[in-house]
Amino acid sequence: MLASTRRAERRSAFILIAPFLLIYLVLFIYPTLKMLELSFTNAPLIGEGDWIYFKNYVRLFGDRLFKTAVWNTGYFVVLTVVPNVATGLLIALMVDRLKGWTQSVVLAAFFLPYILPVSVVFLMWRWILDLQFGIAQYPIEFFYGERVPVFRTIPWFLPMVGLITIWWTNGFNVLLFIAGLRNISPEIYDAAALDGASRWQLFWKITWPLIWPVTALVATIQLILQLKIFDQVYLFSVGGRSEPTMVLVQYIYQEAFQRNRGGYAATVATALFVLIAALSVLQYQVLRARSAE
Amino acid sequence: MSVETGRIKLPTVGAEGAYRKLRAFDIAGLFLTLATFAFAIIWAFPLYWAMVTTLKPEYEVVQPGVRLWPETFTLEAYTYILLNTKIGLWYLNSLVTSAAVTIIVIFTAATCGYAISQLRFPGRRLLYLTIMASFMVPIQALIVTHFVLMSNFGTLNTWLGIILPQLIVPVVVIVYKQFFDSIPRDFREAAIMDGANDLQLLFRIYLPMNWGVTTALAIITFIGAWNAFLWPFLAQSSEETMNITVGVTQVHSAFGVQYARELAGAVLAGLPVALAYLIFQRRVTQAITLSAGIKG
Repeated sequence: MLASTRRAERRSAFILIAPFLLIYLVLFIYPTLKMLELSFTNAPLIGEGDWIYFKNYVRLFGDRLFKTAVWNTGYFVVLTVVPNVATGLLIALMVDRLKGWTQSVVLAAFFLPYILPVSVVFLMWRWILDLQFGIAQYPIEFFYGERVPVFRTIPWFLPMVGLITIWWTNGFNVLLFIAGLRNISPEIYDAAALDGASRWQLFWKITWPLIWPVTALVATIQLILQLKIFDQVYLFSVGGRSEPTMVLVQYIYQEAFQRNRGGYAATVATALFVLIAALSVLQYQVLRARSAE
Repeated sequence: MSVETGRIKLPTVGAEGAYRKLRAFDIAGLFLTLATFAFAIIWAFPLYWAMVTTLKPEYEVVQPGVRLWPETFTLEAYTYILLNTKIGLWYLNSLVTSAAVTIIVIFTAATCGYAISQLRFPGRRLLYLTIMASFMVPIQALIVTHFVLMSNFGTLNTWLGIILPQLIVPVVVIVYKQFFDSIPRDFREAAIMDGANDLQLLFRIYLPMNWGVTTALAIITFIGAWNAFLWPFLAQSSEETMNITVGVTQVHSAFGVQYARELAGAVLAGLPVALAYLIFQRRVTQAITLSAGIKG
């Protein structure tokens, strides 16, 4: 009796996991292993190649464009991660004070950009920053002295795309911070306020230490997310010189789809994979430390 | 110095002092609230500016100065986009592929999450760990091999080709597993004794217990699939098979950029997800906090 129910349980389990497992094996495990294999060949995008051992990896180290892509990706991370987390916390603190429908409306204003497709964000900002007609050229002219073709001027490109990315994705951080703020018991604030603590003290002595786990979580999510940056950087660079502002995923795309070097693109992809896997382990450690507290 | 009044501590300030303190507090609070409103308006302004541009005729769009409301109100940009591009097809492609991704992801994640949470079978722990480990693989790194695979399947430039690589959303399985973990296993055993099977249990009892979770996950999966850019951009090469997010970046005219028309396309592309958010605001929030592992 018992053995048969256990057999039945196993059979049910197999049936229930089968659809997921099939998709997972074919579309995730296999492509990941295939990527590793491809990285040791000189295959074109479609078709067979020869096994060339570590040649691609050796080449990676002398590849100037790969270095540029790594450098730019790192630069983009620096430009976006900390400002995005800080802005998210600031906005969450501002929104969390409000009550009722004003809170919903204000939160929606900050959150709406996050829900939009990247192409919409791209089209909007290309218009706003248009050299001749863009409305943002007025403040640029006022502060900088002249109009700037932002997406055709290399020193402006990544900082501006970073700024747009923060505007676009900040709503996600705001939501997580608000959820975190709501987990802090209001009694702690009441007690401290009655003891005469100032707003400033309330923030640094109570909010900041108690929200820290969420801050660490948001920061690591952002870090990994921004390392995988492609869409905005690619879209804004179309029609201009893409090489000086190339990021890692864009380099994979260029090698595979524009230069027809599937093998080498897989090598770059593997490098990105290793980088992100290492950081994910780090993130896991951070989160485990957090749950152990 | 303070006096104890029952459980609450009151600071020993005179009534007048307390009043003055309260008032100062309120003025600071009022200032903060106004600053928040101002900041929110600045933040949302680009959205407004894009919207209002689509309602202007092209000659007005390129006039210098800031005109917050169209002098001549027109829907010309929208009629142009609707009549002169394949936007109807792009909409259909986006709708079909995003709906398919949502249904398949929710179904496979719910069944798999249920099995991992409620059933005991060999390989259960290994499966769970593998799913957890898959967070480490950036899906963007797989574009090369996904492209080769879809090409071998002959699914490039088809709906199936856009759908398949987007089915990898391991976080949904994890959220379901954690949700089902809150239900004691005795519950299942009793139901099985009564002659129910696991499929019935899952779809008639466990999922209906809290449709909210499924709704939230479905909405966020749909929005994610609708907004996807990189893969739909790679998987198609003809105007007929584009998703709307890819299509609207292709609206060019022989006379250079025409912003009202381009932005009209953008508004149409963003409208479904913006509406989905505004209607299901609470569910979207829930899904985001759930998948980040924070209990809101």
